Amino acid sequence: MGRYTLRRLFQLIIVFVGVTLLIYFAVFTLPGDPIRNLAGHQQLPPTTINNIREKYHLDDPFWEQFGRYIGGVLHGNFGTDFYGNSVWGLMRERWPVTLRLASMAWLFELVFGIGLGVVAALRRRKPSDRLILMLAVGVIAVPAFVAAYLAQLLLGVHAGIFPIAGISDGWPRSYILPALVLGAFGFASVSRLMRSSMTESLQADYVRTAIAKGLPWRRIVVRHAMRNSLVTVLTYVALDLGYLLGGTVVIEGVFNLPGVGQLLFTSIQQQQGPVVVGVATSLIMIFLVLNLLVDLLYGVLDPRIRVG
Amino acid sequence: MADPQLAALEIAEPAAGRQASLLRDARAQLARRPSFWLSGGFILVMIVVAIVPQAFASWFGHGDPRSCNLSDSLLSSRSGHPFGFDKQGCDIYANVIYGARDSISIGILVTALSMFIAVVLGCLSGYYMGWLDTVVSRVADVFFGFPFILGALVLLTSLRSHSVWTVSLALALFSWPTLTRLMRASILSAKQMDYVLSARSLGASDWRLIRKHLLPNAIAPVIVISALTVGGVIAAESTLTFLGVGLQEPAISWGLQLANAQSDFQSHPHLLIYPGLFLSATVLSFIVLGDALQDVLDPRRNER
Amino acid sequence: MSAEALLEVRDLSVEFASRHGALKAVRSTSFTMRAGETLAVLGESGSGKSVTAMSIMGLLDPVRSRTSGSITFEGTELVGLSRARRRRFPGRNIAMIFQDALAALNPVQTVGSQISEVLRVHQGASHGAAKAQAIEYMDRVRIPAAAQRYSSYPHQLSGGMRQRVMIAIALALQPKLLIADEPTTALDVTVQAQIMQLLTELRRETGMALLFITHDLGVSAEVADRIAVMYAGRIVETGTAAEVYLHSRHPYTRGLLDSIPRAAQKGQRLTPIVGSPPPLTAIPRGCSFHPRCPRAAEVCTTDRPELREISAAHCSACHFAEELADARG
Repeated sequence: MGRYTLRRLFQLIIVFVGVTLLIYFAVFTLPGDPIRNLAGHQQLPPTTINNIREKYHLDDPFWEQFGRYIGGVLHGNFGTDFYGNSVWGLMRERWPVTLRLASMAWLFELVFGIGLGVVAALRRRKPSDRLILMLAVGVIAVPAFVAAYLAQLLLGVHAGIFPIAGISDGWPRSYILPALVLGAFGFASVSRLMRSSMTESLQADYVRTAIAKGLPWRRIVVRHAMRNSLVTVLTYVALDLGYLLGGTVVIEGVFNLPGVGQLLFTSIQQQQGPVVVGVATSLIMIFLVLNLLVDLLYGVLDPRIRVG
Repeated sequence: MADPQLAALEIAEPAAGRQASLLRDARAQLARRPSFWLSGGFILVMIVVAIVPQAFASWFGHGDPRSCNLSDSLLSSRSGHPFGFDKQGCDIYANVIYGARDSISIGILVTALSMFIAVVLGCLSGYYMGWLDTVVSRVADVFFGFPFILGALVLLTSLRSHSVWTVSLALALFSWPTLTRLMRASILSAKQMDYVLSARSLGASDWRLIRKHLLPNAIAPVIVISALTVGGVIAAESTLTFLGVGLQEPAISWGLQLANAQSDFQSHPHLLIYPGLFLSATVLSFIVLGDALQDVLDPRRNER
Repeated sequence: MSAEALLEVRDLSVEFASRHGALKAVRSTSFTMRAGETLAVLGESGSGKSVTAMSIMGLLDPVRSRTSGSITFEGTELVGLSRARRRRFPGRNIAMIFQDALAALNPVQTVGSQISEVLRVHQGASHGAAKAQAIEYMDRVRIPAAAQRYSSYPHQLSGGMRQRVMIAIALALQPKLLIADEPTTALDVTVQAQIMQLLTELRRETGMALLFITHDLGVSAEVADRIAVMYAGRIVETGTAAEVYLHSRHPYTRGLLDSIPRAAQKGQRLTPIVGSPPPLTAIPRGCSFHPRCPRAAEVCTTDRPELREISAAHCSACHFAEELADARG
């Protein structure tokens, strides 16, 4: 396990450098003046531009700039907006909202996704299975922001069950609808994946052995089939964290929740380029770390990975 | 459970006719599925709409998405304008029809590009391994480090132009790793197959081996995921456009129409319903198509 | 039949639904086993021997297969039981080991816990007690360093050891009947011999009956008290090992025995059985072996020969079984 961890850490470092390099390239070395690009349609006064040039050391050689940038990222310095406020400072008080939203969505996704997936696999080809499948495909097809609108319309305005926007109703009421929409895509995908993985496991030879051993059916389903299937689903869950992080932009924007995603949403609208890049970068870093954690968990769950 | 009897049956079939009969089997199986015809048909219709929107737009009313009259603002559906008007007074039906073009083009463009890169890089790195494989895999790892939307977001924020081409390029940059990794893994497992080893021992050249033996057998999962990718890219483009970093005015896109609907859709749902419906239906068709392909091309289908 | 019959299979038929039509894997097969005896079921791939074993264990999928006939174990009828009860039945009466031990073991569970699981579920043993017993069983099947190996995973063990683990799992059930479905086919010859020896010893120690499925004539000669030869889903000959080998009464068995290369025949051509087994969706009428039989006559194409007693405890399903006896010593 130790060797595996080391290998993954090493890989993380390579990816981290690569990612920051790419971001840096994208932002600072594409054709055109990076500052004007980031400012979009805004007209910035020359003094502001000069300040920023100095701050980002844009006149220094490339590697120095990049080195400073990486150093900054490692210290949690994701740059400043056009007025000098640090991006990290802007994000700091917004984290709790985003964390609550993301964890609730993730919980929905795991619990309902795995649950429905197992149910569908156990009732293969029966009506309940087909229903779950159709539902899952339907949910996957609708992009998050459309689903968010629909949810607001149907459940918020017409049915009046949930608040339409804002966090005035506090935890958890304000978060339920947004979390459901955010987790919907993941929950549908997880249930599809779980269903096919479970179906495969249930037909595997080791399940046949377990039946031959005379074990009770419930134990076979949970301890043998599910245990093996969860391993597959976990890979997807890692990818899905990325979707969740990206999704908070849309969901917090539409539902007006004051989280990090909303910061990103409004800074795009207000053409605050540096903030956009800074927030996105921090989210990407979090994604990398989370991926590492999931990979390590994968190593714990599936002993075959540790050797390979 | 592998049925020993069915397995014996399969062995009895002559090996020569096996490849041809597998393809024939696949086509026949595909033709039997209603989901294939429904999704395929819808996609074909939408592609035609994307190519010649004028033909379809003129079915109702004046069919011009840009002829807008502020006095018609936010009106709901009426004769000649089945989908009503948006805030600027533009005919929603015409806009929805014309909106197909950019979205579908981007979807197909990005996927085609990614598929091409995946086949080339995936085959080469999977077959030759060594330093080429290491480089390709590490680079793919780096791109995998980006959540799709966030990566595209950073890139598009820094770009000046947001044409169909730039947006497509940006999305393709984050789509090629998935397909490439898949192709590579496919080639790796196909390489171990006995028929490949025997072909190689008979003196087949690398090129011939890849082209005639490895590629046809390894490409199935890539085709399936590509179908799903088109749908995913269309959804991603509309999301990015909705956020403001994708296509921009004066382009006509479902994402833009939905973005503009944000303030008024609660009292005027038709602003949301029609573009949302077409967008979702298009994405859905690609997903259903991908599923149908998967059920047919999955080598384990006999045991399902 | 006799009062001591442990397992009685009568007119068992198993059909699978397939794209090519109904696949008759087992067609009206009958045999019995007494407590403590070893019966080897001999046949080529596709002869129906594995399916027979799985239907005794209740492992066939009722959705895709149809079973008719009767299987009685110690008097209890197994065909027709509800799915739940069918699953619970084998438990402590019948155990089965399979050919591919790697696939048959749970890849993410230690081998030791797969043995102790049996003890915890069936005996209600505590965690510690089950582990201790499991290690004892591992010792008994001659797995070296059993205590350490307890926490190994299947992929970390060699083929022979994995098969021993499977045997240990079966032993832990303390069954009256052990069904072994080609347990040594995938192993090296030396390991094969070790496993066979292990099985023989365990049989003697526990007194359990052994239903041994194989396509290997040599192996079945070593281990079996009685042999049943299967062809195209039916048993075509049964008898003691000596009888079947030395005085076989069915052309198929004869053909099998004749096709074995012998040192004395060195330099001469081999004599295989002509043709190949019929597809299970298109079994020939009458005697299913007649297209390949050197003695086939008119009656063989129309009447299906039933398994009938030729001499004491020696049955054959051939119209000309008696004449075969005279042709050979």
